[in-house]
Amino acid sequence: MIAESYALFKKDFHSELRTRYAINSLAMFIIVAISVILFSIGNETITESLTAGLFWVVIFFTAMSGLSRAFVSEEERGTTLTLQLIASPTTVFSGKLIFNLILVFCMNLVIALLYSALFEKFVVQNFPLFLLTFILGNIGLAVASTIIAAIIAKAGAKGTLYPVLSFPILLPLILTCVQLTLFSFDGTSFEEAQFELAIVVGYDVIMFTASYMLFDFIWKD
Amino acid sequence: MSSYSIQSQNLSKLFGRRLIFKDVNFNWTEKGIFGISGPNGSGKSTLVKIVAGLIAPSSGKIIHKNSTVEIIPEKLHNHIGFVSPYLVLYEEFSAWENLKIFAKIRGVDFNEEKVIYYLTQFLLENRKNDLVKTYSSGMKQRLKFIFALMHSPEVLIFDEPTSNLDEEGKKVVYDIVREEGKHRIVIIASNEIKDLELCSEILLLEKFK
Repeated sequence: MIAESYALFKKDFHSELRTRYAINSLAMFIIVAISVILFSIGNETITESLTAGLFWVVIFFTAMSGLSRAFVSEEERGTTLTLQLIASPTTVFSGKLIFNLILVFCMNLVIALLYSALFEKFVVQNFPLFLLTFILGNIGLAVASTIIAAIIAKAGAKGTLYPVLSFPILLPLILTCVQLTLFSFDGTSFEEAQFELAIVVGYDVIMFTASYMLFDFIWKD
Repeated sequence: MSSYSIQSQNLSKLFGRRLIFKDVNFNWTEKGIFGISGPNGSGKSTLVKIVAGLIAPSSGKIIHKNSTVEIIPEKLHNHIGFVSPYLVLYEEFSAWENLKIFAKIRGVDFNEEKVIYYLTQFLLENRKNDLVKTYSSGMKQRLKFIFALMHSPEVLIFDEPTSNLDEEGKKVVYDIVREEGKHRIVIIASNEIKDLELCSEILLLEKFK
């Protein structure tokens, strides 16, 4: 199953390189969102909590602009049937999840680098905590975005439905990640951040398990 | 391969409140060519999609068995080869790349010799490295046959197999269907008299309303 999922990921990767379905929209959104924030701030210095919040706001909306492509592009091109004929639902979900995971990590790494270069208060005191938050947050974001993309792919108003459906599902993750990012800014220890970390780990595990259980029903009409 | 069987038990399908067909029963246990016919909207494509495990029936059951072992839905795609006008291959890849990708995702070896044989049979060998988006609709249809045949499935399902094909293409398809019908179950859903002439048994869907 792993080899087949990797083959599906490679297909999506090569397809993305040729069609630039997601990369262009993600890159444009990151540049536009950060520019707008910088212009609106002007010469003001924003607080650490606002910086942490804006960091995850940009991550959330960037994910909304590009991560649905995994399934929506298949549906729009009419290749969903082809995929159903060559792979099991588990293989399809795993392949799409690997693709979205890598996309989310790359996209959020660029956002983090831009934030650290452009925002004065984006100073991480507890780097291991920030790194763990970043990794766990990205996993949760990728898993939730992938299963929501599969749900909305067959719907009519995909563009509107994706952020609307994602918001309540991703809210607990985003809020906890904002708090953990703030902890990493003010140097809070792992022990003190234990509760928030447990929430994010729990979220990831629940989303991962529920997604694999539900995908079979979503994938077949 | 000859011990494969497909059994339909009281298969019915509704789209909303509209009945497409009800109580379809058949039991195809022998290798051969089986036809599904009926007027437009009678549910030919719906029925073949149900047989291929792509959509679920509203009621009833479709059972695929290899010898006496029932095939689980998760693994059914490995036993099915499917061709239809609404099947779309990846246009950003060449025919060769498409077929290689499909083999890898299916988890089967990419048998270059076999693929070249089919590409030659379907008159696509000299265009194998061109992107599929540059193909005509007839060439895309012929490529779909290679997609269906390359993993040697036990069941071949051809929905409107000769649509978009010229006379030369149709001849190639008919030769392949006749040959494959000797070794496996071939299902043809069509209204074309020439397509149905190949079948040993025809299921008329208008009888199941």
